[in-house]
Amino acid sequence: MASIEEGDGGHHKKGPGVKKAKKLSTRVDMTPMVDLGFLLITFFIFTTTMSSPTTMELFMPKDTDKDDEQNKAKESGALTILLSKDNHVYYYEGQLKEDASNFLSTNFGGIRKVIIDKKKAVIDAHQHDAGCEKIWAKNEGDKKSCLDKDLVIVIKPDEEATYKNTVDILDEMAISNIKRYAMVDLFPAERELIQKTEGGK
Amino acid sequence: MTPFVDVAFLILTFFIMATKFKPAEPVEIKTPNSVSTKDLPESDALQVTFDSTGRVFFGILSEKDPKIKYEVIKNMNTTRNLGLSETDMKNFVQTPAVGVPFSGLKQLLSLPVDDQKNLRQPGIPLDTLGGELYYWIRDAVSAFTGKQLKYLIKGDNGAKYPAFKQVLNAFKKNDIFKFQMITMLEDTPAGSELDIIRKRQKSGGK
Repeated sequence: MASIEEGDGGHHKKGPGVKKAKKLSTRVDMTPMVDLGFLLITFFIFTTTMSSPTTMELFMPKDTDKDDEQNKAKESGALTILLSKDNHVYYYEGQLKEDASNFLSTNFGGIRKVIIDKKKAVIDAHQHDAGCEKIWAKNEGDKKSCLDKDLVIVIKPDEEATYKNTVDILDEMAISNIKRYAMVDLFPAERELIQKTEGGK
Repeated sequence: MTPFVDVAFLILTFFIMATKFKPAEPVEIKTPNSVSTKDLPESDALQVTFDSTGRVFFGILSEKDPKIKYEVIKNMNTTRNLGLSETDMKNFVQTPAVGVPFSGLKQLLSLPVDDQKNLRQPGIPLDTLGGELYYWIRDAVSAFTGKQLKYLIKGDNGAKYPAFKQVLNAFKKNDIFKFQMITMLEDTPAGSELDIIRKRQKSGGK
């Protein structure tokens, strides 16, 4: 590599016949600087996280004990999703039947289709509702929003469900553009059913 | 070699500028992914963090006005008889998040900020009524009066749902019902309704 030339002790050769001092090279050795530069680049590449965190909004209703203040959901438009351990998802439409014949099991890959199908079914069954359309036309100008107004998804995570599961299912609501959903606790009957299903496997 | 070195230093400059160092946190949290694109607020926010074992931490983000943070701890010190010294309270302003019961606060804050992470924090005690987190939130909210305050929840992937629910309860007890959950951005699944809506907005906006 380049090295800085040193004078070869020419200074003790004094006299008239002395040669002109050799011109020193002005080039500086850049290798260490470049080395350091690349070291820093490597360091910054490894420490930089390019994806910045985002936030997901969540609105919770105020807890109320009064029966008449609670939101009522039409049975035809209700879909209950239960989250349990090991990423298991259970769901049923409308009311839970006594023989639990409509209590079905799926996973996070399959729940999206269930939600989309339910939404389609609710939209197909929709009957013209002038009152709702009037309100929507005034506020949002989107009459289509009335089509799925009966659709309510109830999310019930149990004690074994993880935070990731909860966020994932809320994400599914955003993905499928579900406007009405609620997060509530499980009924004892549902808990028993989950235990029974898991025990049977 | 000169052009090569020039480019290398240009890249170096870019990375130095683009890097933003994460504030040190008492625990490492792996947040879930979501399709949400809303940005994370940097100031004027309360952040509740919980890890996979259910330990809960509380932090105040007030970069713009560090005085607020000082006020919160000063009020707490008098109302809850924490027995903190002036230095302890100054340390609190530097601390990103605390995860100790009120009884252990003096021990934590008597340490300089850099040493605090060596102390294992047991988490803020919670119960169905909100526990001590309720008081933290209440006092912080009153210190921020007149400002738009945001409420951030940062949970670990592996945390169980009851931990999340108890955190929500502590907020609900304070009549706060609107939260922002910190997540990492994920692509919208192709063909889904949200994907269609977003594409339409994009093309319509141009």
